Amino acid sequence: MNRFILFFHNTGSPPWFYRFSGKLIPWLWLGFAVLTVIGLYMGLFLAPPDYQQGESVRIMYLHVPAAWLSMMIFGLMAIMGFIALVWRIRVMEVLMISSAPIGAAFTVIALITGSLWGRPTWGTYWVWDARLTSELVLLFLYFGVIALYNAYDEPRKAARAASLMAIVGVVNLPIIHYSVLWWNTLHQGSSIGTSGSGIHPSMLWPLLIMAIASKFFYGANLLSRARLQLLKQDHRKRWVRELL
Amino acid sequence: MRGAFLALLRRDFLLAYRRRAELLQPLVFLLVVVTLFPLGVGPSPQLLANIAPGVIWIAALLATVLPLDSLFRSDFEDGTLEQMALSGQPLALIALARTVAHWLVSGLPIVLMSPLLAMWMNLPDEGVPVLLKSLAIGTPVLSLVGAIGGALTVSLKRGGQLLSLLVFPLYVPLLILATSAVSAAVAGLPYGGQLGLMLAGMIGALTLAPFATAAALKLSLS
Repeated sequence: MNRFILFFHNTGSPPWFYRFSGKLIPWLWLGFAVLTVIGLYMGLFLAPPDYQQGESVRIMYLHVPAAWLSMMIFGLMAIMGFIALVWRIRVMEVLMISSAPIGAAFTVIALITGSLWGRPTWGTYWVWDARLTSELVLLFLYFGVIALYNAYDEPRKAARAASLMAIVGVVNLPIIHYSVLWWNTLHQGSSIGTSGSGIHPSMLWPLLIMAIASKFFYGANLLSRARLQLLKQDHRKRWVRELL
Repeated sequence: MRGAFLALLRRDFLLAYRRRAELLQPLVFLLVVVTLFPLGVGPSPQLLANIAPGVIWIAALLATVLPLDSLFRSDFEDGTLEQMALSGQPLALIALARTVAHWLVSGLPIVLMSPLLAMWMNLPDEGVPVLLKSLAIGTPVLSLVGAIGGALTVSLKRGGQLLSLLVFPLYVPLLILATSAVSAAVAGLPYGGQLGLMLAGMIGALTLAPFATAAALKLSLS
C-alpha cells in the first residue's frame, strides 16, 4: 500500500485518529492565536477607518470571516456526510456532526455582528434583506441537522440521518440564496470576488488573515470535539481503557 | 415496475377512502387557519387583498406538513414498509408512489379549494388563476420534499415538530416565488418567470427527491 492510501485507511481508525489529532491540535491552536493577534492588531489599529462607515467598519474583520466560515462548514458537512454515508467511516460521521455546533455558532456570530453593524450604518438592527435572510435560513438548517441528530438514540444511525439532511440542505442552499436575493436586497454586494477585490490592501490583509485564523479555530475546535465524541462512543472499548 | 407503482397507488387510495374523516382534517385545518387571519389583522378588504397570497400559501404549507408525519408511519410500525423494501422493487419507486398518493389526497384538494380561500381573503380576480396555477405546481414540491423529512423522522416516536423544523427552511424559495407570482398578476405585471422557475423546481424535486426519500427510508429501516 502506498503512503497516501495507508494514511487514508489509518484516519478511519478511531485510536489512530485520536493520537494523530492529539498531535495536530496544539499546532492549530498556535496558528489560530498567532494569526488572530496579528489580524486583530492590523484590523483594529493599523487599518484606516472607512470614509463612509467610520470606525464601525472594523466589525467586518469579525463578521466577514464568520459568515464565510458558516457557509464553508455547511458545505464541508455535506461532503463529510456523503463520505460517511457511502463508505461508512465512523470518524467521518463524528467529524460531520461535530462540525454542526461550530457552524451554527459562526452563523450566530455573523448574524449578531451584522446586526450590531447595521444599527449605526443602516439605522436598524434587522431588515428582511436577502443576505440576512439566507444566513438566518442557514441557521435553521443547522438547527435541523442538530435536532435530527439528537432525536435518535443510536449515534451511528443519528449521524447518518444528519448527514442525509446536510446533503439535502446543501442542494437547497444555493436555491434559497438566489431566491431571497431576487426577493429583496439591501446588503451591499461582495467586495471580494474571483475577478479581484474592491477593498484597499490595508483593509484586505487583516480581513484575509482573520479569515485564515478562523479556519484554524474551526480545525482545532472540530478535532477536539471529535476526540471527545469518540471517547464517549467508545468508552467501553479497550483502546479507550488503555488510554485513560 | 409500473404494476408495482399502480398497485401501491390503488392501495393508498383505498386506505385513504376507508379513513375518510382523517382525509378531511387537513382541509378543515386550512380553512380554520385562513379564517384566523381576518380576525387577527382586521377585516379591511384592502389589507386582506395585500396579504392574501402569503396567507393562503402559508396555510397550504402548514396543511401539507400536517399529514406528512403519518405518511410512512403506519406502514413502518406494522412492518409493511420492510416488506416493500424487501420486495425487490426499487425503494425510490415505492417512495414516489407514496408521495404521489399523498399529493392526490392532500395537495390536490388544497388546489381545488384555493378559489374559495381567495374569495374569503378578497384576492382580486386577476390573481385567482395564478394562485391556482402556483398551488398546482407548488404543492407537489411540498409533498416531494416533505416526504424526505417524513422518511427521516419515521422511526422516531414524536417526529412531528422536528419534521416541520427540517422541511420549512427548504420551502423558502417556493413560498417566495409563488407569492410574488400572484402579487405580480394582481399588479398586472408578467408572472411567467416565477411560474417557470417553480416548474423547474418541481421537475428537479420530482427527479431527485424520491432517491433522497428512499435513502432516508433505508436508514430508518436499518
